[in-house]
Amino acid sequence: MLKTFPKGGVHPPENKISANRPIEALPLPSKVSILVSQHIGAPATILVAKGDKVKVGQLIAQSSGFVSANIHSSVSGTVESLDAVMDSSGYKRTAITITVEGDEWEESIDRSKDLNKTISLSAEEIIKKISASGIVGLGGATFPSHVKLSIPAGKKAEVLIINGVECEPYLTSDHRLMLEKGHELMVGIQILMRALNVDKAFIGIENNKPDAIAHLQSLETEYPGIKVQALKVKYPQGGEKQLIKSITNREVPSGGLPIDIGAVVHNVGTAFAVYEAVQKNKPLFERVVTVTGKELAKPSNFVVRIGTPISSLIDAAGGFPEDTGKVVNGGPMMGKALSDTNVPVTKGTSGVIVFKETDSKRKAEGACIRCAKCVSACPMGLEPFLLIKLSQRMMYDRLETERIMDCMECGSCSFGCPANLPLLDYIRLGKGEVGKIIRARKN
Amino acid sequence: MNKLIVSPSPHIHSDESTRRLMFNVVLALLPTLVVSIYYFGVGAIMVTMVSVASCVLFEYLIQKFIIKGKTTISDGSAIVTGILLAFNVPSNLPWYIVVIGSLVAIGVAKMSFGGLGNNPFNPALVGRVFMLISFPVQMTSWPLPIESRLKYIDAITGPTPLAILKEGLKNGENISQLTDKLPSHMQMFMGLMGGSLGEIAAFALLIGFAWLLFTKTITWHIPVSIFTTITVFTGILWLINPEKNADPLFHLLTGGVMLGAIFMATDYVTSPMHPLGMWIFGIGIGLLTVIIRVWGAYPEGVSFAILIMNAFVPLINRYVKPKRFGEEVK
Repeated sequence: MLKTFPKGGVHPPENKISANRPIEALPLPSKVSILVSQHIGAPATILVAKGDKVKVGQLIAQSSGFVSANIHSSVSGTVESLDAVMDSSGYKRTAITITVEGDEWEESIDRSKDLNKTISLSAEEIIKKISASGIVGLGGATFPSHVKLSIPAGKKAEVLIINGVECEPYLTSDHRLMLEKGHELMVGIQILMRALNVDKAFIGIENNKPDAIAHLQSLETEYPGIKVQALKVKYPQGGEKQLIKSITNREVPSGGLPIDIGAVVHNVGTAFAVYEAVQKNKPLFERVVTVTGKELAKPSNFVVRIGTPISSLIDAAGGFPEDTGKVVNGGPMMGKALSDTNVPVTKGTSGVIVFKETDSKRKAEGACIRCAKCVSACPMGLEPFLLIKLSQRMMYDRLETERIMDCMECGSCSFGCPANLPLLDYIRLGKGEVGKIIRARKN
Repeated sequence: MNKLIVSPSPHIHSDESTRRLMFNVVLALLPTLVVSIYYFGVGAIMVTMVSVASCVLFEYLIQKFIIKGKTTISDGSAIVTGILLAFNVPSNLPWYIVVIGSLVAIGVAKMSFGGLGNNPFNPALVGRVFMLISFPVQMTSWPLPIESRLKYIDAITGPTPLAILKEGLKNGENISQLTDKLPSHMQMFMGLMGGSLGEIAAFALLIGFAWLLFTKTITWHIPVSIFTTITVFTGILWLINPEKNADPLFHLLTGGVMLGAIFMATDYVTSPMHPLGMWIFGIGIGLLTVIIRVWGAYPEGVSFAILIMNAFVPLINRYVKPKRFGEEVK
């Protein structure tokens, strides 16, 4: 039976144009810029200097705290500079820019294609290995994975949920990974299960990927404890809280974490990266990225080295269409529009979407007719029509009691508003201010 | 390459628009309009045309010359108000009264509060109640369906079933004695009775209801809560004394219950925004309607009931909240 979450959600057109394109390796770029902050938490500390020679997989920046992540070189070559480059938010951030020379990998990395199903490490060793390999949540949130696997005292993990929902329209990188790397994924999930000491795991996949559901279901008997759960198609089911609700029918308390109700969620991309790190000794320096768009000549799924400029992905997918208006890093519902396509791919880049100019502009705003479509669309049970008014009037106390901090910025309200109101824009502003007030109160 | 457009997410939008929603309401009103024209002929055409034209015109004039802002008549909301206003009056209502009603609906009830989205009361109902109080004779002379299709002002008139009931009970008659004077339930369902031009044909209004639900223009909560409340309340009264109280089906099919519950109470602007609030709103309308019909001076009370409950909507929205995700169970 198909499961889903009961409250809210919308059905944007799926547009999974690149779903049938197998994953292929993107040719090496001539230069990469690897940001030292590609994760939630403290930026990593740079270990290399200008002029240093580096190899693929070499540690070049070290985690600077518990919530931080190691950064490895994705190419071999010479460190050209340690200057700031523009990231996808439009800010300049410190990056290690490397000129590519050949493709020489660290010898410790097992580059064979053989499947290794024997898990020899203990739970503690696994978490250490994942931390050392710089693995972060690859669904886009980029939260360091070892932190999610280190269960705080007094809490207990009961179930592992693997997020294969890919509810964002257009994106297909997780879909292709599930189809092409099923065995590796299953071993990766078993590794995560051992790290968490749980005996059951669910893979949540929406019903618009029947081939992925069928393929992973056929592997269920080979990997006991892992069950595929087909889900009804509904955005934002890939949101952590919504996915847990869909599969276990439990709600993460407001302001709480999934572990509060015994759940741990990891993305399929993360599980695959865990397999490679633990079984193949390969740190996280490349990932699958969907490059797509209705006007693109060759929508594709590429394995891309971290730090590759986004423009070279678009070039490989057929180049910029004539009337390009917008380039989005991520999905169309939550991704960031880029002002410059030279920004580098990071660990969180799941897709790049090119929109033509007429699809890039917002429609004219009208008056709120109080149709309540935003209220029924909100998966968190909030009232976006009210939050926008309160944000505009800077009524931050009311915003806090109306639970603005529960908003996960999925964009369902703005997507469905018949008056084209920028609901989420104002909610973000309000959230920022309320967040400041809450932090100030704590200090 | 051109400069790239940068805007915050989401980068896609549904094809939903205010105009499309209003268009769906107009489509939902069409079956009723067709039936009304069939029953009331020229009068129905005349009143509807005058009402729609004057509502749109007044909105345009007010925005253009008084507010001096941009005109928004293309959103279709004035057309909906115009049709609904026409549906709430007898088909023999003189055209100048219709024009006055439109001015009150658009000018007083809608534009003076700031236009679409800001009016606390349903504009068409404010217009109707204004006309009812100002022109009580013209507003309560009901042309009989079919018989005078080619006549406008001089149509043959007769009382509505609710008026027959009210008058009969006042004179001490029992329901069984009134049965001969009242249309059958089937006739009422088909709209063969006196009444406002758009309120009589329950079957046509229900077709419109189905369309509104199918296109997700409205949710079922408000109409169903009104129907349920009226059925339960009048059902209790009927069971207590069937000789002095009409049966629930009679109450559902007569007067403005169908039109009011499906098209007037569900007006987005003047109704609550989540299901629990909608139930409170609908129950309130149902109770007030029955109270006015059974114990009040007017034979019919749907308009007043909706307007009174409109006043409670801000209060309901303030205190009735949707269930938050992850809310602690107290």
